[in-house]
Amino acid sequence: MNAAAAATATRAEVEDFLFLEADLLDTWRLDEWLGLFADDGRYEIPTTDCPDGDPARNLFIVADSMPVLRGRVQRLKSIAAYSESPRSRTRRVVGNVRLHGAEGDALRVSANFIIQRVKNEVADSYCGRYDLLLRPTGEGLRFVRRRAVLDLDALRPQGRVSFIL
Amino acid sequence: MDGFDTRTGPLTGLLRDDPAAGVFRVNRRAMVDQTVFDAEMRTIFDRTWLYLGHESEVPKPGDFRTRSLAGRPLLLVRGEDGVVRAFLNVCPHRGATVCRERRGNAGSFTCFYHSWTFRNDGARMALPNDEAYSAEALPGPGFGLKPAPRQANYRGFVFVSFDPAAPSIEDHLAGARVYLDAVADQGEDGMEVIEGSQLYSARGNWKLLVENTIDFLHTVPVHQTYFKFLKDFGTDLSSGVSGRGFDLGNGHAVVAFKAGWGRPVARWEPSWGAAEKARIAKVREEVAARVGEARARVIADTDRNLCLFPNLLINDIMATVLRQVNPVAPGYMEITQWALAPKGEDPAARARRLHAFNTFLGPGGFATPDDIEAFEGCQRGFGAWREVEWSDYSRGYRTELDGPEDAIRSDHELQIRAFYRRWHDLVTARGARP
Repeated sequence: MNAAAAATATRAEVEDFLFLEADLLDTWRLDEWLGLFADDGRYEIPTTDCPDGDPARNLFIVADSMPVLRGRVQRLKSIAAYSESPRSRTRRVVGNVRLHGAEGDALRVSANFIIQRVKNEVADSYCGRYDLLLRPTGEGLRFVRRRAVLDLDALRPQGRVSFIL
Repeated sequence: MDGFDTRTGPLTGLLRDDPAAGVFRVNRRAMVDQTVFDAEMRTIFDRTWLYLGHESEVPKPGDFRTRSLAGRPLLLVRGEDGVVRAFLNVCPHRGATVCRERRGNAGSFTCFYHSWTFRNDGARMALPNDEAYSAEALPGPGFGLKPAPRQANYRGFVFVSFDPAAPSIEDHLAGARVYLDAVADQGEDGMEVIEGSQLYSARGNWKLLVENTIDFLHTVPVHQTYFKFLKDFGTDLSSGVSGRGFDLGNGHAVVAFKAGWGRPVARWEPSWGAAEKARIAKVREEVAARVGEARARVIADTDRNLCLFPNLLINDIMATVLRQVNPVAPGYMEITQWALAPKGEDPAARARRLHAFNTFLGPGGFATPDDIEAFEGCQRGFGAWREVEWSDYSRGYRTELDGPEDAIRSDHELQIRAFYRRWHDLVTARGARP
């Protein structure tokens, strides 16, 4: 689809897409979640002290191209991915969804997130914003860039991002 | 020791080191007890050299970083004179933290509480109301931010000690120097910390991170999913890992080894492609021309996981990780890690290095989260330290003592024993200076 079509996506359509995504992640339907990405998609989490970084030049927490992201999901489904086996429970609230116009053939979208991760009787909170590029296709919206930018100063005391943020 | 006599006091029975029996065990009380933790702070973190940061993190005059180490707020800053200094980031007037930014560039630092102001070499700047102080209350030039009592820049690595009587950094580093040199010598124009820090933590005792970083026995069971990922992406790990641990003195230790993955400086692996093979060969030639073939074999051809007692761990593998541990409580540590790389590195090689780092080594990688899960599981297990008292590090102990030398393997625990021996000597004050 072209940029003109991208510009026509409504906030309701984008919200439906993001709320479906949140549900897939909270219910650990990771293969279905992978299907929400374009083949050139990327999943990124910058470090907390370099939130505007470039993964080719800066250290990241996560900087996955699609082959790596597929490897990440495959790993997470293994019983030997011990940090998530047994799995944690997560509950995420995605809101403040805003559309910022077209960027190439995709739509630039921002949203806020608050995610609780619960494991071993400990609840950890992760808050931040999504910086997204969504490409409209005949099958619906697809992630071209899915960047989760944490508001935390550090992963303290959360310690890790072993689930999908 | 401040009225706390560790020799006859409560700190006994922490280590069982029985060479005749080939047994080396640490009592798990060492991982949970506040008394032990307090002793570690006083006898180790208040006394030995600690890694603070790398000079490349403050490249220009006025560049600064603030960090916390062993409970102290610290300021690492490059002065107008180009000298990198470490200060206690504390106002001498009333104690407020002076610089409240994590990083930046400043000609001077003003404490917002009462406006005391310090140049970026630490000297206090005169204020309009200064005549209200006596000369004794407000000494003249030179008075200002308190420098870390000892500080040393060893080949770009900035260390501090809070003990004015600490030995020289060279004496402290002992046998670890050659391994730190092997990291520092990888770049023709020196090394730099790549922008972006992985700041994380674990709900476990700080020693768990140290022993994990130089422990090979856990790698296959814990990281099988990562190794599968590497293999799926074309890395040939079939040759396994060959190598062994070394005791480098003063609690420093290393596992030096060779694995199937590629090293940015400079060991090619087939999945990188033929064109890259030629470029990596040039990188290796440059290293050999600069440091000689014998050292190039160590620097470029081999991997190492290095423990610089007590708080710096370096994984020099498919990327180079500087990992700093900061104990906060018996069951909680802060971890900060950085990627170190040659200045002026080829951009594609830099991107691949970062990719390798991100996928394996960080808090969002394919391996580190499982290590953290292991630490936290251990820490919960240590709750039963009175019933299940000992953690075992005996693997290969008889071989360490009886040889033959070439039977010492990377999955033996010689290197972990070296760390715990020094730890025990200090914490029970046996290693204290007279």
